[in-house]
Amino acid sequence: MSIRSEPLVRVALPPRRAFSLAAWLDREAVFSWLMMAGPLLFLAALVGYPLVYGVLLSLQDRIVTKPGHFIGLKNFINDFHDPVFWRVAINTFVYTGAATLLKMVGGLALAIAMNQQFRMKNLIRALLLLPFIVPTVLSTVAWMWMLDPAFSVVNRILIGLGVPPPGPSWLGNPTLAMFSLIMINTWRGLPFYGITLLAGLQTVPPELYEAATIDGAGGWHRFRFVTLPLLKPVILIVTLFSIIFTFADFQLPYVLTNGGPENATNLFATYAFNIGMGAGQLGLGASIALMMLPALALLIVAISLYMRRA
Amino acid sequence: MVTDRGPVARLLQVWLPVGFFLVLALFPFYWMAITSIKPDSELYNRHLMPLLVHNPTLEHYVNLLTQTNFLLWTWNTMLVAVVATAISLVFGTMLAYPLARMRFAGAGLIAMTVAAIYLVPQPLLFLPLADVINRLGLGNTLTSVMLTYPTMLVPFCAWLLLGYFKTVPKDLEEAARIDGASRVQTMRQIFLPLCTPGFISAGIFAFTLSQNEFLYALIFLTKSSVRTVPVGVITELIRGDVFYWGQLMAAALLGSIPVALIYSFFVDHYVAGLTSGSVKG
Repeated sequence: MSIRSEPLVRVALPPRRAFSLAAWLDREAVFSWLMMAGPLLFLAALVGYPLVYGVLLSLQDRIVTKPGHFIGLKNFINDFHDPVFWRVAINTFVYTGAATLLKMVGGLALAIAMNQQFRMKNLIRALLLLPFIVPTVLSTVAWMWMLDPAFSVVNRILIGLGVPPPGPSWLGNPTLAMFSLIMINTWRGLPFYGITLLAGLQTVPPELYEAATIDGAGGWHRFRFVTLPLLKPVILIVTLFSIIFTFADFQLPYVLTNGGPENATNLFATYAFNIGMGAGQLGLGASIALMMLPALALLIVAISLYMRRA
Repeated sequence: MVTDRGPVARLLQVWLPVGFFLVLALFPFYWMAITSIKPDSELYNRHLMPLLVHNPTLEHYVNLLTQTNFLLWTWNTMLVAVVATAISLVFGTMLAYPLARMRFAGAGLIAMTVAAIYLVPQPLLFLPLADVINRLGLGNTLTSVMLTYPTMLVPFCAWLLLGYFKTVPKDLEEAARIDGASRVQTMRQIFLPLCTPGFISAGIFAFTLSQNEFLYALIFLTKSSVRTVPVGVITELIRGDVFYWGQLMAAALLGSIPVALIYSFFVDHYVAGLTSGSVKG
C-alpha cells in the first residue's frame, strides 16, 4: 500500500495513545460499573453476606456465647419435630391469608367509594392514609389500649350496644387474639390497597363503562366484567407485596401479644426472634427464619397461578 | 359514573361508605389524643362516658418529657432517619442512573437482583446481622442502624428512582454530551436537577420507613441513651405488667407527629410514589 511508504502521512496522524483514561471512563459499561460498585459492595456486605452466613448458622449448633459446630440439617429436623413450629407455620398462613383477603376486599371497596366526585377528596385521601404512615409500633400500642382487658373502649361501646359485660377478652383468648392481630394488620394495610387500587381505577377509560351500560350491563356486571379485569395487574402486584410483608411481619405480633396466648399469635418472625434472641440459640433461630423462604415461595407461586387462571 | 339522584342517594352512595372508612381509619388517633389528655382518675373510671374528656390535663406530656428519655429518643430517631435516607438516596441514584440510562452487559441481572433484595424480608437477616454488628463492635451505636436501615432502603429507592428516571426525556443529556460534557457532568448538572420530584418521593418513603423500623433497632440498641422512639416506648414506657396509658398515648401521638407533618407537606409526592406500585403493604 502506498500510505505505508509515505512517511508524511504517518507524521500527520496524531500519535495514537495505547490507553486513554478519559476515553475508558467514558465507556458506558465502565462508567456504569464504577458508579454501581459502591452500592453493590454495600449490599453484598450487609445483605448478601448475612444471607449466606444465615444459611451457615442454620447448619450449626451455635448459641450466643459459644462458637458453633457444623451439625448438618439437625436444626431443621428439630423444627419438624417441634409442635410449636407447626403451630407457628399454620398461624403464619392463617394470618397472611385472612389479612390479605380482607385488605383486598376492603381496599377495593374503599377505592370504589373514593372513585366518586365529592368535596375535600384530597384531604380525605390524605387522612385515610394516616394508619399506613404512622409507625406501626405506636399505632399498635394504641390498639393494645383500645383492647385492654379492663378498660377496652371497644368493649365499652359493645356493652353500650347490648353485649353482656365484661365483653370479649380480645388479647387473652387464643382465637380472638389471632382475630385482633388480623384486624389490626388490615386496619394498617387497607389504605395502601385502597389508594393504589384507586389509582388503578382512575386509569379505566369511562367510555368502557358507557359502552357496557349501553349494552345493558348493571352495576355488578360493570364491576365484574369491566373494572375487575382491568384492575387485575394492579391487584396482583399489591397482593404479592402484601403477602411478602404480612408473612414476615414482626412488629405487630411482637408488640401486641408477643406470640401469646399459648403461641396462638406466634409467627415465623416472632418465633425465630424468641429462639434466636430470647433463648440465644442462634443456629436454631436461623433455621426457623430460613423456613420462611420455601413457604413464601409456595404462596407466591400459588397466587400467581391463581390470578393467571382467574 | 356520576349520576345526580338527589341528596339522599348521594348520602348513601358517597358519604356513608367514605364516612365509614374515615371513622375506622381515624378513631385510634382520636383515642390516642383523648387518652393522652385525660387525668388518671378519668382514665381508670368505668362509670364515665369514655369518648369525651371532662378535665383535660397535660400531666402525661409533662411526665413523658421530663421523666423519660423521650426527647433523646426523638433526636436519635430523627438523626438516624435523616442519615439513612441520605445514604439511601445517594446509593439508590448510583444504582438507578446507570440502569436507566446506560447500556451494558449485566444490566438486567443487576435490576433483578436489586428488586429481589428489596423483597428479602428483614426477619431473614436479623440473626446473622446481629452477629456481624457485634463483631464490628457497633452494638449500641446509632451507626449500627444507620448502616442497616439502608439495606432495605437502597433497593427500594433504586427501584422507585429507576421508574422515575425512565420518564425523564433524554434530549437535554444528549445535547450536553454533544457539547462535550463528561458523563459525570451530564448527570450532575443536567439530569439530577430534573429529578427533584422523584427524590422527594423516594426521600419521604425512606424517611417514613426509617421512622417505622423496629426489629434492628430493638436488637442493636439496648442502652436507653441510643434508643429510637418505637424501641424506647416498648421497652421503657411499658414497665413489667404496669401500663401508664396516659403517658404511652402521649408518646404514641408525639412520636407520630414528625412523620405525619412531613407526609402532609408532600402528600401528593407520597401518593405518586405509592401508586407507582413499588411500596410495601
